[in-house]
Amino acid sequence: MTEAHVEGQQHPLGVYIKVWAWLFVLSAFSYMVDYYDVQGYLRWTLILIFMILKAGLIIAIFMHMAWERLALVYAVGVPVLAVLVFTFLMTHEADYTFDTRGTFFVESAP
Amino acid sequence: MSESTPGAIMRPDGVEGVIADWSSDQRAFKKVPWGKAMMWIFLLSDTFIFGCFLLSYMTVRMSTTVPWPPVSDIFALSLGGEPIPLILIAIMTFVLITSSGTMVLAVNYGYRRDRAKTVLYLIITAIFGATFVGMQAFEWTKLIMDGVRPWGNPFGAAQFGSSFFMITGFHGFHVSVGVLFLILIARKVWKGEFDNETRGFFTSQKGRYEIVETLGLYWHFVDLVWVFIFAFFYLW
Repeated sequence: MTEAHVEGQQHPLGVYIKVWAWLFVLSAFSYMVDYYDVQGYLRWTLILIFMILKAGLIIAIFMHMAWERLALVYAVGVPVLAVLVFTFLMTHEADYTFDTRGTFFVESAP
Repeated sequence: MSESTPGAIMRPDGVEGVIADWSSDQRAFKKVPWGKAMMWIFLLSDTFIFGCFLLSYMTVRMSTTVPWPPVSDIFALSLGGEPIPLILIAIMTFVLITSSGTMVLAVNYGYRRDRAKTVLYLIITAIFGATFVGMQAFEWTKLIMDGVRPWGNPFGAAQFGSSFFMITGFHGFHVSVGVLFLILIARKVWKGEFDNETRGFFTSQKGRYEIVETLGLYWHFVDLVWVFIFAFFYLW
């Protein structure tokens, strides 16, 4: 049995510094979305894009996922998809609750 | 289990046997130390916890008929002039990202066997983490003074308070635990326990610099969760 690698992951510092800088820039962009009061679908699209980019950079580079074997990537990545299914279910449930409340609980205008 | 002779393998019985059988030379995750693989599994379970928190927040926000409080204005702060929307949260985000960067450096110098620099960057990371928790405490104080409670608030939908305290509270707890472990591991590195492969008092495994990377995984995860909280709770 080959022993776990002793050296660990060695990557040039330059990659980390670049990613670090990008995380700052992307965070600044997300903050700008709020600062300049972007509204509507553009707001949500921008927030999601910046969020996914930041999350991707952190997982891939800072957490070394880009250099791990696929077995580990799948073991951690695939179960997370269940959260997306759950999200889909709950959006419908929330819409239903909202409609029900609209029908039964909101007082009629005086 | 090293005494296995061909044909007749001696295996323990009872509970000890259960443990021995389940842990016998089977490795799914090659080239990854066990501690790192287990940290990933833990982080996966933690993902589900935070996923469920954010999902329940989404559900209550979508289903309430009362307008959601103006988040951007609630977290505004005036730095000697006009109130700047969400500025405190923006600073907290930058503090946490900075700490993630210093953590990466700590892991890197750890693998290079540079003890002094590893300790230095671990401590810097811990300081940034503690700063983050401090700012969160300030934020909580401010909101509680403003009358935000888990069961209601003067700004709008009552669900705002419960979501806020639950999500940021749990995240802040994670950061606090992270700071604690950063200090503990920094102490171990400083004492040279990873160079001498001193056995830990709890797991009795040899001390290795991989532990710094495993701790780094946890710390980056905390930063990762904040990315989602920042997007969904504060910006949405």
